[in-house]
Amino acid sequence: MKLKKPLNFAITALGFLVAALFAVAFLVPTVLTVADSFMTQTELTAKYGMVFPSGSGYMSQSVGLVFIPDKVSFSQYETVLLKSPDYLLKFWNSAILTLPIVAFQLVIAALASYAFTKFRGRVKEIIFFSYIILMLMPYQVTLVPNYLVAKWTGLIDTRWAIILPGVAAPFSVFLLTKFMRRISTSLFEAAKLDGAGEMTILVKICLPMCKSALYSIAILVFIDYWNMVEQPLILLSDETLHPLSIFLSRINQAEVGLAFAVATIYMIPCLFLFLHGETYLVEGITYSGAIKG
Amino acid sequence: MDKRSDKRVTKQRVKDTLTGWAFLLPSFGGVCLFFIVPFAVIVYYSMIESPLNHTFVWFQNFQNVLTNTSFVKASQHTLTFSATAVPLAVVLSMLLASLLESRIPGKSLFRTFFLSPLMVPVASIVLIWQVIFHYNGALNEILLKIGIEPIDWLKSSWSQAVVVLLFLWKNLGYNMILFMAAYNNMPKDLIEVAQVEGASSVYTFFMIKFRYLSPTILFVTILSLINSFKVFREIYMLAGDYPYEDLYMLQHFMNNTFANLDYQKLSAAAVFMAIVMILIILVLFVTESWFGRDIEG
Repeated sequence: MKLKKPLNFAITALGFLVAALFAVAFLVPTVLTVADSFMTQTELTAKYGMVFPSGSGYMSQSVGLVFIPDKVSFSQYETVLLKSPDYLLKFWNSAILTLPIVAFQLVIAALASYAFTKFRGRVKEIIFFSYIILMLMPYQVTLVPNYLVAKWTGLIDTRWAIILPGVAAPFSVFLLTKFMRRISTSLFEAAKLDGAGEMTILVKICLPMCKSALYSIAILVFIDYWNMVEQPLILLSDETLHPLSIFLSRINQAEVGLAFAVATIYMIPCLFLFLHGETYLVEGITYSGAIKG
Repeated sequence: MDKRSDKRVTKQRVKDTLTGWAFLLPSFGGVCLFFIVPFAVIVYYSMIESPLNHTFVWFQNFQNVLTNTSFVKASQHTLTFSATAVPLAVVLSMLLASLLESRIPGKSLFRTFFLSPLMVPVASIVLIWQVIFHYNGALNEILLKIGIEPIDWLKSSWSQAVVVLLFLWKNLGYNMILFMAAYNNMPKDLIEVAQVEGASSVYTFFMIKFRYLSPTILFVTILSLINSFKVFREIYMLAGDYPYEDLYMLQHFMNNTFANLDYQKLSAAAVFMAIVMILIILVLFVTESWFGRDIEG
C-alpha cells in the first residue's frame, strides 16, 4: 500500500510527459507557419533556400526549423494585403464559395431535421438512412453525379456548380437530427397546445435548444469547404474563380515568403471560430458519437 | 359523434404528414436533384456502350475499369494508405483519449492542443511539411548529423508514410474527442464492481470498456475511412497534379478521367466504388453489433 503513492505519481508524470510530447508535435507546424510569416525575404532565402529555390542571395547549406525570426517584419503582409490583389481575390473566392454553403446548408438542415424528429414514419426513416449512406460516400463517388447535373443545367464552370450541391449535402442534416431527437417531444406538444404553429415551434423553441449543435456543425462545414480541393479542380476550370486553398499549392514554390503570410491569413477565420467556439465544437462532436440510434 | 372525431383525427394526421414533407422538401429535393437522380443515371451510363449509342453492354465497362492499370494502381495505393492510416488513427486516438482520461493535469489545455490541427487549413501548414520532409529539409539535416543517409521522403517509398503522418496529425484530435465522450458515458459502477471482484485491468478493458467503446470505434473507423479518401487534398498540396507514383490515388485517377470526359469509365468507377463502400460499411456494422450485442445504447 505504501508503495502505491510514488508509483501513481510516476505514472501520472509519465502520462503528462507523453501528452506534452504529443502536444508539441501537434502545435509545431501551426506555430512555425505563423512565426515564419514574419520573416523577411532575405532571411527566408537564407534559411529555406535549399528547400524552396527562389530568390538569390546568401543561402545557408543547412535547413533548420526557425521559430523566432532574426528580425520581425511585416513586409510580407504588406505585400499580400496592399500590393497583390491576386491573393485578396482568391481569399474572396474562398469566402463566396464557403459562406453561402454554410448558411444555406444549415437552414435547409434545420427544416429537414425537424421533419425527421417530429414527423417520423417508415418512409422518412428510409430516407434518413439513405442520407447516412450518402454522407459516407467519398468525393470520388459523389462528384460524378454533381458533375453531370452541372453539365446538364449549364452551371459547370460557375460557382453554383459547387455551391448548390454543397447546400444540399446531407452531413448537417444527420448531425442536427441526432441532436434534435434528444430534446423531449413534450416541449413541442406543450407549445402546440398553446397554439404555436410548427414554424414557430422550430424557430422559437427547437433551434435555440440546438445552439451548440448548430455552432459546431457550422464550424465543421466551414472548415471542410474552406479546405476544398476536389470540387474546384473538377467543376471549375476557370482558375480565376479558384479558392485560395488550391491557389496556395501553386504559389508555394515561387514566392515562399508570401506563402507563409497568405497561409497565416487563411488560417485566421478558422482559428477565430475555434477559439470562439471550442466548447460548442467539443459538445457537437461528442453528440455525433454514433451512427446508429 | 365517433365518426366525426375519427374524421378529425385522420384529417389531423394527413395535415401532419403534409407538414412533415413540406419541412423535408428543400433538403430532400436537393439531395434527389444533385445526388440520387444523377446517380441513377450514372448506373445507367455504366452499363451502356456510349452516350451516343445506348446499347446495353452490361458489365463490359466495369471489366474495362477493373483491368485498367491506372485504376488498379490507384486502388492499390488508396487501399494501402487507408489500411495503414485508419487503424493507426483509431488506436492512437483511443490511447490519447485514455491518456487524457487518466487524470493528468492540464487536461483541457491538452485537449485544445490536440484539437487545433483540425482547425488549421491544410494549405497553410503544408509549407512546413515541405520544409521538414524535403530532400534538403530539416529532417534529413538531423539524420545527416547522426550519420544516416538522407532520404527523399516525398519521392520514395516513404512518401505514403509522410502522408499518413499528416493524416494522423490532422485527424487524431477529432477522433480523440469522440473517444473521450465514450469514456465518460461508461458505467463507472460496473467497472468498480469488476475491480472489487478482482478482475485484472486487461480483463476489464476487453470485457467491459471495449464493448462499451464499440459503437464509437465503429463511428471513428467509418469517419477515418472517409477522411482517408479525402487525403487527396493533402497530397495535392504537397505534390501537385503529378505526385510520386505511390501517391497516385483514386482521386487522381478520377481527375484524369474527368479531363478525358470518358463517361463510361467514370460512371463504372463511381458505381464500383459506391458498391465497395457500402460493402465495407455493412461489414463494419455487422462486426460492431456482434461486439456490442448485450449493450444497449
